[in-house]
Amino acid sequence: MRRFFCITVVAMMTMALMITGCAKKEAAKEPVKLGVAGPHSGDLASYGIPTVRAAELAVKEINATGGILGRPVELLVEDDVCKPEVATNTATKLVSDGAVVVLGHICSGATKAALGIYNDARIIVMSPSATNPDLTQSGDYPNFFRTIASDDMQAMLGVKFTVNKLGAKKVAVIHDKGDYGKGYAEFAKKYLDEMEGAEAVLFEGITPGAVDYSAIVQKIAKSGAEAVIYGGYHPEASKIVTQMRKKQMNTFFVSDDGVKDVTFIKVAGEFAEGVYASGPMDVSDLPMYKSAVEAHKAQYGEDPGAFFKEGYAATLALLNAIQKAGSTEYTAVEKVLRSEYVDTPVGSISFDAKGDAIGVGFSMYKVVNGEYVEQK
Amino acid sequence: MDYFFELFLGGLTRGSIYALIALGYTMVYGIIELINFAHGEIYMIGAFTALIVASLLTMAGFKGLAVLALSMVVAVIYAGAYGFTVEKIAYKPLRQASRLSPLISAIGMSIFLQNYVLLAQTSDFLPFPSLIPKFGFMAPYEPIFSSSELVIVSVTATVMVLLTCLIKFTRMGKAMRATAQDRKMAMLAGININRVISTTFVIGSCLAAVGGVLIASHIGQINFYIGFIAGIKAFTAAVLGGIGSVPGAVLGSLVLGWTESFVTGYISSDYEDVFAFLLLVLILIFRPEGILGKSRAQKV
Amino acid sequence: MQDLKQSAFIAFWFMLLTFPIMVIRVNTIEKVVQWRWMNLLTVGFGAFILSYLWRFLMLRKETKVASVKVTWNQKLMSEKRYYLPFAATVLVLTSALPFFVSDYRVNILITAMIYVVLGLGLNIVVGLAGLLDLGYVAFYLVGAYSYALLNHHYGLNFWLALPLGALLGAVAGILLGIPVLRLRGDYLAIVTLGFGEILRLIMENWNAFSFGPSGIANIDRPGIIGIEMTRTQSTLFMYYLMIALAIFTIFVVNRLQDSRLGRSWLALREDEVACQAMGIDKMKTKLAAFALGATWAGMMGVIFAAKTQFINPMSFTFLESAIILSIVVLGGMGSILGVILGAFIFILLPEELRAFSQYRMLIFGASMVLMMVFRPQGIISNVRRSYEYHESP
Repeated sequence: MRRFFCITVVAMMTMALMITGCAKKEAAKEPVKLGVAGPHSGDLASYGIPTVRAAELAVKEINATGGILGRPVELLVEDDVCKPEVATNTATKLVSDGAVVVLGHICSGATKAALGIYNDARIIVMSPSATNPDLTQSGDYPNFFRTIASDDMQAMLGVKFTVNKLGAKKVAVIHDKGDYGKGYAEFAKKYLDEMEGAEAVLFEGITPGAVDYSAIVQKIAKSGAEAVIYGGYHPEASKIVTQMRKKQMNTFFVSDDGVKDVTFIKVAGEFAEGVYASGPMDVSDLPMYKSAVEAHKAQYGEDPGAFFKEGYAATLALLNAIQKAGSTEYTAVEKVLRSEYVDTPVGSISFDAKGDAIGVGFSMYKVVNGEYVEQK
Repeated sequence: MDYFFELFLGGLTRGSIYALIALGYTMVYGIIELINFAHGEIYMIGAFTALIVASLLTMAGFKGLAVLALSMVVAVIYAGAYGFTVEKIAYKPLRQASRLSPLISAIGMSIFLQNYVLLAQTSDFLPFPSLIPKFGFMAPYEPIFSSSELVIVSVTATVMVLLTCLIKFTRMGKAMRATAQDRKMAMLAGININRVISTTFVIGSCLAAVGGVLIASHIGQINFYIGFIAGIKAFTAAVLGGIGSVPGAVLGSLVLGWTESFVTGYISSDYEDVFAFLLLVLILIFRPEGILGKSRAQKV
Repeated sequence: MQDLKQSAFIAFWFMLLTFPIMVIRVNTIEKVVQWRWMNLLTVGFGAFILSYLWRFLMLRKETKVASVKVTWNQKLMSEKRYYLPFAATVLVLTSALPFFVSDYRVNILITAMIYVVLGLGLNIVVGLAGLLDLGYVAFYLVGAYSYALLNHHYGLNFWLALPLGALLGAVAGILLGIPVLRLRGDYLAIVTLGFGEILRLIMENWNAFSFGPSGIANIDRPGIIGIEMTRTQSTLFMYYLMIALAIFTIFVVNRLQDSRLGRSWLALREDEVACQAMGIDKMKTKLAAFALGATWAGMMGVIFAAKTQFINPMSFTFLESAIILSIVVLGGMGSILGVILGAFIFILLPEELRAFSQYRMLIFGASMVLMMVFRPQGIISNVRRSYEYHESP
């Protein structure tokens, strides 16, 4: 019995020591640590990995020219699988590991859960993709910035375009029940209701991943809608558009940034023709954008995925702010972010008092001959 | 009335899609009373294999029906092989274990296979070519009922009839029924239980692959996650119809398909899944053996 | 030689099997085919090695006779002179731990302990009463949402919410239990799965009530009235709170196991018919198990909401139920020590394996299968209490 007891105690002590051992390490001249958080595994990984790659490429370039503040930049990449409860662990880990600024998180829910932790640790967070309006407008998250426009702006653009440019009066608003899609759709409905002469004839959520959407397509047809405004991502959008076109419905289809992805055109093929989707202003002529995409192609042999350029822009904005502030201290970095412009692949941007990016505009695109063409 | 009819047809397609997957579930459950959670993943792997083969063939210059037939054959063979292997690894060693062990093992297998495809292929959605050709005679009805929908519905019906015949009239079918009724007794009567169970898994998996190819071609895109949702729905359908019964699986799938379609059409698609599961709960409470299932006296 | 042949065959079979998916990657958009022959070699080699391992483990499993020897853990759990010092050591160590490790580790330890309690709660339902519940997460959701909503609208205090969440969990358990508990085995599993999904979907769709998919943010952390706490202090506070709750749960479950009710659960699990013949009210007993299990889930829901400070329906998917169930089954059904160990392994290991985050779920799935194949009774098998009669000399 005694022997067993001893073994247990020794085992417990070793375990405790092991855990302590890998806890804190202070180095004299440490690199600038940039945390990168987002879904890197699981079903939403395709929205998180491009940002990691963007950060890697941007940091590689910066380190090649001597880093910032004379120190190299090191990435701390942590997975949050887009779940709030995991995101809080991720955030605590990044804080414990000494990240000075954080790029992420990708999903709005995970971002909301994590922000409080960063705020207490005085760490600035910049997301390339979390578009929930509350994040900047509620005032609850002073340490939050983003390089993408919020849902309500997009929804406003979508509604105005649908009603004024396309002349559709009856609009069906459809969403994918997700955080992003439903948020967008709710704003779209709100703006439609406020607008003279326009009405939302249908407001419904579809189930992502369902095998077939013919019933909802039938319902859209019956509602007499002249246009569909869809909030959500491209996989469902392409299924709906395909079924609508197969049923020979020529209703306008207007959607958001989650759909304005090259994959949408490739998946929906001929049926994608004539679809409208809003997205960040066309930056394909910017040299910085071109070189970022080139670097990605050279490294990975394929086109970059969703939020790549926003992630790249956020990395540059954060590191530039640290460089100009001369330190990694919160208020100094914050001040630079809010006052100075920085050149990025999404244009020259700065941030307003709430944390939204200035200089990132949205425009409407139409699919013509398999390509997105900006609608002026 | 037109609207009703269209919803009816939509529900029919959806139900037939569920049925193709549900048949495999029901066969496996009927024989070893195991909820094979990995079944949906086999369906997904079938679709992926077909996509790979079809793309290779298209690049090599093949066209039309040849691509469909070849990729279907390869997908079916591979899905069968996967089903066989999965059974050997994850379920066979657990024949004697308690009820829960194979279930956990099945959930683990499902997670494993999903991530295997995710890592080896991609997490993105991939476009799946429309392999099913458009029939000339269907042209006037195309907006209401497309050729691919016709193919799906008729394949489901054919498969159901074939399967019923297999179980009713062949030696293998007889062995299957015997094994389902009483495994020990069947063994004593000289039936090779392991072979019967393996065959059941292989047949179920092949059916899943047929479903995978047809459905992917109808929807036009796949990713590694499609199996999970389809699997849960198909399983619901199988239970609804009375698990273990072949016509029951088809009927249950159709009922589920129509429920979802009409709920979307007349109430709201917000709650289509809520109603689907509610239907399941209600049926199980009031008729626990499912619509067509036989209630078995509990052995004491 | 025989082995070699067999392993070679298995390696070949797996190479063939994984060929399309592992080797060929077709970019249908660019029309490029990528051939990754290296993967084929890896698979072949890996399968060859693993087949040896597999055979070895199989052999061991088969040749191992069912031993009647009392193992160390049985001794540990059943005799006072063993488990008292053991429990004391563990308690001292866990209480001292936060002073040595970072906030992050304290945080995941809290998560792990939440799962310990959830596992113990589900253990009542699955392990003791033998009712397969695949929708346990529904009660977790009830607790989390009741605190989040009441806190958001009325500023309800955490300390009031904790018993309330437990109560609501129990009520939900009874409400669900009454209609479905007459179902047997797998049917019960499916109905509970359906019920879990229904609750989550309602939360997702009913915006006016639950704020839909965007969730509820800024939920209050637990505190003591009048004391402002920093996040580190608050984490620490929560840590000790969780230790207290875990001990409370262990105590209650342990007492329950030995109670009249606990023994009727075990009896019910083994043989329903005989049980009824002995005069045990089947329905009441099952309902008690269901409601008690749900109580813990409701309570942990409150803790979860307070810890994360943000909830949305995404956290309550079927996978969550599957994880809790796996903790119970892998740890060892019905065994308290097993469930605790299971929870720690399940929550801490993936956190330690963050470097392999890509492969995390792959390993998770594979280990579930392997565990079931080679050690279906779980890490620590349950000891059935036996009573012996010794004639006094």
